[in-house]
Amino acid sequence: MPETSNPELLARLAAEVRLGRLGRREFMSLAIAAGVGTTMASSVWTSNAFAAPKKGGTFRLGMHDGNTSDTHDPGTYLSFSMIQLAHTYRSYLTMITPTNELGPDIAESWEATPDAKNWTFKIVKGATFHNGKEVTADDVIASMNHHRGEDSTSAATALLKDVNDITKDDKHTVTFKLATGNADLPWLMTDYHLAICPANSDGSIDWQSGLGTGPYKITNHEFGVSTQLVRHDGWHGEGAYFDEAEMIVLNDPNARQTALVTGEVDAVTQLELKTLSLLKRNANIEIDNVPSAAAISMPMFCDQAPFDDVNVRNALKLAMDREDIIKKIAFGTAIPGNDFHVAPNMPYHPDDIPQRTYDPDKAKSLLKKAGAEGLSVNLSVADSVYSGAVDMCVLYAEHAKKAGIDINVVREPNDGYYSDVWLKKPFCMVQWGARPTPDVMFSLAYKDDADWNESHWKNPRFNELLRAAKAELDQEKRAAQYKEMCQLARDDGGTIIPMFTNFVYARNKKVQHGPNLAASWQCDGARAVSRWWFA
Amino acid sequence: MSDVVSIVLKRLGLGLITLFVISVIIFLAVEMLPGDIAQAVLGQGATEENVAALRKQLGLDQPAPIRYLDWLAGAVVGDFGVSLVTQSPVGEVIGPRFANTLFLACYAAAIAVPVAIILGVIVALLRNTLFDRVANVMALTSISSPEFFLGYVLILYLSVKTGMFPSIAKLSPDMTFFELLNRTFLPALTMVLVVVAHMMRMTRAAIINLLSSPYIEMARLKGVPAWRVIIKHALPNAWAPIINVVALNLAYLITGVVLVEVVFVYPGIGQLLVDSVTKRDFTVVQACCLIFAATFILLNLAADVLAIITNPRLRYKK
Repeated sequence: MPETSNPELLARLAAEVRLGRLGRREFMSLAIAAGVGTTMASSVWTSNAFAAPKKGGTFRLGMHDGNTSDTHDPGTYLSFSMIQLAHTYRSYLTMITPTNELGPDIAESWEATPDAKNWTFKIVKGATFHNGKEVTADDVIASMNHHRGEDSTSAATALLKDVNDITKDDKHTVTFKLATGNADLPWLMTDYHLAICPANSDGSIDWQSGLGTGPYKITNHEFGVSTQLVRHDGWHGEGAYFDEAEMIVLNDPNARQTALVTGEVDAVTQLELKTLSLLKRNANIEIDNVPSAAAISMPMFCDQAPFDDVNVRNALKLAMDREDIIKKIAFGTAIPGNDFHVAPNMPYHPDDIPQRTYDPDKAKSLLKKAGAEGLSVNLSVADSVYSGAVDMCVLYAEHAKKAGIDINVVREPNDGYYSDVWLKKPFCMVQWGARPTPDVMFSLAYKDDADWNESHWKNPRFNELLRAAKAELDQEKRAAQYKEMCQLARDDGGTIIPMFTNFVYARNKKVQHGPNLAASWQCDGARAVSRWWFA
Repeated sequence: MSDVVSIVLKRLGLGLITLFVISVIIFLAVEMLPGDIAQAVLGQGATEENVAALRKQLGLDQPAPIRYLDWLAGAVVGDFGVSLVTQSPVGEVIGPRFANTLFLACYAAAIAVPVAIILGVIVALLRNTLFDRVANVMALTSISSPEFFLGYVLILYLSVKTGMFPSIAKLSPDMTFFELLNRTFLPALTMVLVVVAHMMRMTRAAIINLLSSPYIEMARLKGVPAWRVIIKHALPNAWAPIINVVALNLAYLITGVVLVEVVFVYPGIGQLLVDSVTKRDFTVVQACCLIFAATFILLNLAADVLAIITNPRLRYKK
């Protein structure tokens, strides 16, 4: 095909890219579909589509989930607004890039011994805390030790359970010594609790002062209300285009959206899905709808009747019309799950496992095989699990009726749902935040002896593979192992994954971002303040 | 006047007992909530060991009565302890928030009380006319709508559509007083709409009630103009019920504004209380509730004292 050029169309596509509506892949395929040659399209992409980010301005971000009772203690970071703030005023050893790969933050490089038991991280030289003090190995070690040991009150102790020791090799090098090999350790370092704080002389950390090594420095701060920040000149990474930033807690979804519409803020997190179509009509607002690894799961106790029969479990998986749920409950802001807990944007996601679809007839025949016709089960849920959670279960019950299954939706109280219902009731609905790697997710909730093995599923082959894959540094081999595990979870496991929910947030048109958005947290992996810029 | 003093002293004593009883009830209520502060602070991600470690650190491994008595021992000498979550003194946590709430309440009251009483007098004067009917219907409509709904309606028309006022009441320390009034106008107006009807209708009812008494008829017969009858003769005798209802509404302006705070993102004490209950932060919950209770007690006391002062029959012994 000869290279035809269509300058008008190309210019329009380039404009879409600049607005952040098109990623590279979409741009290329649209341009090629329009008869523009590959070489041409790709040169347009690099030369034309991307105006370089500009510096300047004060960025105001309205965030949900902020509490008066939040603190600077990284071990108790919990509310979403603190996670968003943490990625702005503090740094981590590694970070998840906008393309969902692992990239450097305060560690410039890392390597492992062949058994994946010892991991050495080199800290970037010249990185400083906001008070000008250089970041050294001591700070990193103290920051990690904050989450280790018996007295630690950190919610991240489980994450570092396998770490036997952390040693200082020189001023800018630390080595993590693990009890068992873990090829994912650099990924774990992106966890939002593991922020780098300045070390005290006794080996503890000074988290109270709110000092960090992040791209922005706090100038004024009130928990649960707002935070003012200015650019940290000693920031070691890229970005930090805004001169100043203000991060404002706007818990009420309506207040958040109104603030965006009236120009009180430049961007907001978490939109109300029910009013999404109304907001789309506003010409000044851009909505970002980003597939994430956050999942809805429905665990069934595999050691309890009727779920102890794999045919019953699979019948329940087949009796759900996921597309219908995504359309009616998530308003199109989710992607269907395939009953294994690895989202497409996670590493090692197997692309070639067929998507499970709604098939009430097959479900019926499976029930017949199990001798469980006329199956009736209770499904526990609370409204707080997900916006529209109870409606979703009622809709599922309607789907299941066609397969001859009677699902009785039990509405539980919001308060204490995760302490009184989850892990206690044999069939319930759960929302999971995104986890960085399959190993983290599987070890947390699918391993036979995990505290949170929410489905009581104990498959020997799965657990054997999980152990083997954990320390496997050969990427190809590892991918094959995870594929087999996913297949096992899908066809034998006790957890229905109806969908992975998207992150849906919005910004004023004058705010720009790169072609990709990280899927680890809302607003570009919670790094909007340092990655975005004003046009 | 010694009567007034003895009433005040008696009522203050009773108030203290009330506060004590309330503190016990609040403690029991917080204890009865499912989950505890350690779980709430650490969230879903915590292990049993974490939770146990934090409980120990916060002294939650002590039995409940001992924890309460510990708190009480501090409270009687004015030390309300530290917030269990942030470890900063309760006064520091609550102080600025309570100041914000008081400011908003005063702002709303400064508009609502004169408007309500003047409107009440006017509708009493023009009773059963079209004006009376319209004023009553509007007042009753605003009092029957939930606050958050009123807030949203005001935001829609006065902020989103016309851009006259900001939609969120975000405060910053370098604001001028005028900016502050402008920023907080919509929440104040919402609260005005909620409380005006009650006070206006009570004023109207009290005055109309008096207008049928013989001494008013006498005044009319001697040719006193209608407005003078109301201001000079009826109103002084109507103060007692009006003051009572004003006091009740003032207390509401301080204690009942959580929804308004949420809708307008105003950093007041209501939001703090809700956050603290979610986190089971007992000391802060306790202090907030005691402030609310004390507000009610003091405002009611003030209302009674004022009622006595404005009523000569109660002021002098026979």
